[in-house]
Amino acid sequence: MDYAYFPGCSLESTGIEFHMSAKAVAQALGINLIEIPDWNCCGASSAHSRGHWISLALPARNMAIAEAAGLDVAIPCAACYGRSKRVELEVTQSKETREKIEEIIGRPYTGKSKARNLTDILYRDLGPAKIAEKVKKPLKGLKVVTYYGCLMVRPPELACDDVEDPISLDEIMTALGAEVIPWGFKTECCGGGLTACRPGVGLDMTEKILDAARRSGADCVVTACPMCHSNLDMRQVQLNKANGTTNMPVFFITELVGVALGMANKDLGINRHFIPSEAVLTKIGKTSEGGEA
Amino acid sequence: MERVGVFICHCGSNIGAVVDCAKVAENVRNYPGVAFSTDYKYMCSEPGQEMIQNAIKEHNLNRVVVASCSPRMHEKTFRACVEKAGLNPYMFEMANIREHCSWVHAGKNEEATAKATDLVKMAVSKVCKNEELEKGHAPVTKRALVVGGGIAGIQCALDIANNGYQVDILERTPSIGGKMSQIDKTFPTIDCSACILTPKMVEASSHPNISLITYSELEHVDGYVGNFEVTIRKKARSVDMKKCTGCGTCMTKCPGKADDEFNMNLRKRTAIYTPFPQAIPNKPVIDRVNCLKFKSRENGKDVCGICSKFCPTGAIDYEQVDELVTEKYGAIVMATGYEQFDHSVYGEYGYGKYKDVISGLHFERLVNASGPTQGHIVRPSDHKEPKTVVMVKCVGSRDPEHGKSYCSRTCCMYTAKQATMIRDHCPDTKVYVFYMDVRTPGKLYDEFYNRTREEYGVEYIRGRVSKIYQEGEQLIVKGEDTLLGQQVEVAADLVILADAMIPNPDSEHMAQIVGIGYDKDGWFTESHPKLGPVETHTAGVFLAGACQGPKDIPDSVAQAGAAAVKVCALLSKDQLETEPTVSKIDTKICSGCGLCVPVCPYKAITLETIQERRAGKTIERLVANVNSSLCQGCGACTVTCRSGAANLKHFTNAQILAEVDALCQTIL
Amino acid sequence: MVLLTLNEKQKRNEELNKEFLRRSGVNVSKCYQCGKCSAGCPVGDHMDIPTNKVMRLAQMGLIEDALKSHAIWLCASCTTCTTRCPKGVDVAKVMETLRIMAKEHGYIAEKNVDKFHSVWMGIIGNIGRMYEPALIVGRNFSTGKLFQDTSYGVPYITKQKLKLIPYKSKNMAEIKSLIAKAEAMDREERGNK
Repeated sequence: MDYAYFPGCSLESTGIEFHMSAKAVAQALGINLIEIPDWNCCGASSAHSRGHWISLALPARNMAIAEAAGLDVAIPCAACYGRSKRVELEVTQSKETREKIEEIIGRPYTGKSKARNLTDILYRDLGPAKIAEKVKKPLKGLKVVTYYGCLMVRPPELACDDVEDPISLDEIMTALGAEVIPWGFKTECCGGGLTACRPGVGLDMTEKILDAARRSGADCVVTACPMCHSNLDMRQVQLNKANGTTNMPVFFITELVGVALGMANKDLGINRHFIPSEAVLTKIGKTSEGGEA
Repeated sequence: MERVGVFICHCGSNIGAVVDCAKVAENVRNYPGVAFSTDYKYMCSEPGQEMIQNAIKEHNLNRVVVASCSPRMHEKTFRACVEKAGLNPYMFEMANIREHCSWVHAGKNEEATAKATDLVKMAVSKVCKNEELEKGHAPVTKRALVVGGGIAGIQCALDIANNGYQVDILERTPSIGGKMSQIDKTFPTIDCSACILTPKMVEASSHPNISLITYSELEHVDGYVGNFEVTIRKKARSVDMKKCTGCGTCMTKCPGKADDEFNMNLRKRTAIYTPFPQAIPNKPVIDRVNCLKFKSRENGKDVCGICSKFCPTGAIDYEQVDELVTEKYGAIVMATGYEQFDHSVYGEYGYGKYKDVISGLHFERLVNASGPTQGHIVRPSDHKEPKTVVMVKCVGSRDPEHGKSYCSRTCCMYTAKQATMIRDHCPDTKVYVFYMDVRTPGKLYDEFYNRTREEYGVEYIRGRVSKIYQEGEQLIVKGEDTLLGQQVEVAADLVILADAMIPNPDSEHMAQIVGIGYDKDGWFTESHPKLGPVETHTAGVFLAGACQGPKDIPDSVAQAGAAAVKVCALLSKDQLETEPTVSKIDTKICSGCGLCVPVCPYKAITLETIQERRAGKTIERLVANVNSSLCQGCGACTVTCRSGAANLKHFTNAQILAEVDALCQTIL
Repeated sequence: MVLLTLNEKQKRNEELNKEFLRRSGVNVSKCYQCGKCSAGCPVGDHMDIPTNKVMRLAQMGLIEDALKSHAIWLCASCTTCTTRCPKGVDVAKVMETLRIMAKEHGYIAEKNVDKFHSVWMGIIGNIGRMYEPALIVGRNFSTGKLFQDTSYGVPYITKQKLKLIPYKSKNMAEIKSLIAKAEAMDREERGNK
């Protein structure tokens, strides 16, 4: 399975673990990711607050490069996915929009090349059963809550999973042998960029999600968005310090797939989390009494 | 020789202020065929009609055109008027110069006068081609069928029966009673639903003029007003109704278990069952899907048979089969009721997976003394009494994006009723109601709603709920108090969703069987939203209750009575007059292609073989034939017919073309 | 509370209202004020006016008041409102359009949010990609909060989370031209057409 690969800016810094684990896991599962040469920022949190055309033109360039290569685009980042899917949809639906976009970016883009969320590729193109076949170290005993955030599932026309009760992360985690705990915050918003520009507001939103995760009895949170991860992991340091709350490890989906496939924490970037996350993985394979499962 | 009289009506200033009526009369005076032309202030008045009748005699007129309002208003008046003067009523034509002219061209008097002249000329040209027509007659079967045995069907049947006519109630489930039998109390009086319903059920079952056909379905309808032939499928009950005494022994012994749909699946029932204790007929049926014997037979075995062993009268009959019977009726009343909207389409309310998020009808069973909890209000999940209850209105209603666009009319009141019942049963329980509007336009309804807030202390929060999710044992309800402009969150033990009313899921299919219209949501269409609320566009078929649109009990009962009166008016006639404006096939040019057969919405056209002499030989060929009693004169066949053999009497191709010619002459 | 002289105020807002309706493309008259947007808004408890009130202002054509609000800047673009709206109104699109218009017409109730966007767009204009250290530093300089989030600096480096020298696009000319053309088209949209 060949895909053009658009990691996006976050995966080069705060979300580098997602980058590392996505590439490692993809290779192990036979998904060939070909990074788009000289890709640019999709505009993410800001471009759509500045203008309609700028918000479409930035992701359109990446999509056009992939289209020239005849490939659909695998996108790990939920925000990059949403922005890229938006332009794909708009050029497909309106000839006028397509012509304007092509004029702006100076490249042809017909919408033939599709924006695909990497989690959705794992879930739909590969499937939990195929992933389960390759599991070497089942995540037995690990209790997780799955956190999808906004941009994988909203707005409905861009969603790659159910808008209110998405299941792709759940079913992949179940295939890995983990126990998925139900909770009401799968698709709540973490605050996104507000944690950076309006910390009072953004951190409050992040805190609500972390509190709910702790109440649920889960060992950790699994997500598929670098913005969510950065808010829930990095910003948690601040919150725990201020509120005296306990550490709640937050994983990228591909990190836990990697663990289950038998990869080393270091190769997946798990040691780079702000909230120490390796300890909770030692639970794997042990029963609550401490013996081997 | 055509001698047409033309009468232009001013309709006071309705026409006269825009159209120069005298001028129009003048304009057509010399038009071919016109023998007399005049104008008058009110043609429909007594002096106006006398004027027409006198002119017919004086000027020896044999055709009349009145230019006035819509034929819907006064065609009958003027037809009767010319008939009194000795003309055939179909030698009259009406030109609409009010709705089609003066009202829509106010301020453009000159153009309106010219248009009125054209309209009159067209009518004159047509009336010259008109032919004398006679009304037909058809016999009447003095017996009615009511489809649906809920409160609307029962009431309608009782009203018809008390007028002395025979009536059958056709009910799909094993018992009559309908939704009302599932409801605990009725608003705004809080009287016990069963206490006021069961006497009606008993009355219907013991009435000498009423027959109950339960556990049966409508299969096919043939015929026409006064003469319907209805095929009914009597489903196999597996119980011989004559032998069964209704002792109930079989039900106490049956080992088969099934979801109890009457109790909204809140408990199990046996496979041989009556839906509820006061069921009528109070004789059980075997639910073959869940019966151990029938299940074992699918696997080539034959086990159980316990009910048969214990039945003291030998009434159990496993070998019964569905029976098709055809009955004759003069009129049909559709009273097929409603179903509850399925709120599991709402992801934000948990896709129906939270046990303690229930519907209004669930609540009715929970609070009913003969229900699964003996009337104790408890949570389905752990059978504990809820301390906080949240009720959400407009679930599926007024939601064009995810549900239905219409208001279900009953939910405001049933929510208020259920809220007061919770406060009565559990005085320590807090009740919150999330609402968009409170709509209580019924007698003593708004007073009831106000008591709910003021005396029962139920808290109403104005705003739609965004999300409900489970947190531990509780349900968190996230809403907005739009009056405060603040988000609110309630931790609830039980959530009751006021689900919308939707038509019976089978309604569209049934409408097709009977041949009546339905709207985009599947509600049956009445013939006129104001003036024909219980009639349909199919003569002899009437509507009662919620099958026509969301309705509460008082409205359903009132409509049932109205439908019964219409039925009785029909059945009181020995013969029915039929309109002569029906389709006629010119067999000389009919090629027998049969295209008209499927387009006829009234199943009035059949192909039949005729014998002809041609070139000295007798040959046989197929031609279309119109049953003039079935034909409603819609004209669908005439536009489909390639050879022009199908013609609608009084709207023949020649008559229509004469009108077109008249108009074209002016334009050219 | 001030008395709202409706006809006068609507008249003053006429031009803004026309621009808003044209650019958002949303039929705000469909909104029947059920409050579901406000109820599900994750930022709701921080907003100065609830989302349904923003919708109400838009519905009444009182665009200036909407442009002055903090709510349009605090909107996290999560689109929960749009997803659940029973009337199919794209509420998030209304917020987004108002945010764009507020910037252009000089109503910026949330200066820091605005600066964040400016710094972000500036970095893309310079190197074609986002570089988070530059975003933090740029934001801190423009907001005057020099030490915000600097505590993350050291762990950032020790955790090998960032490249010390950012990637710069090989085709900056292409990206600059793309941005210039898109912005010109957005300006044209603002003017009319």
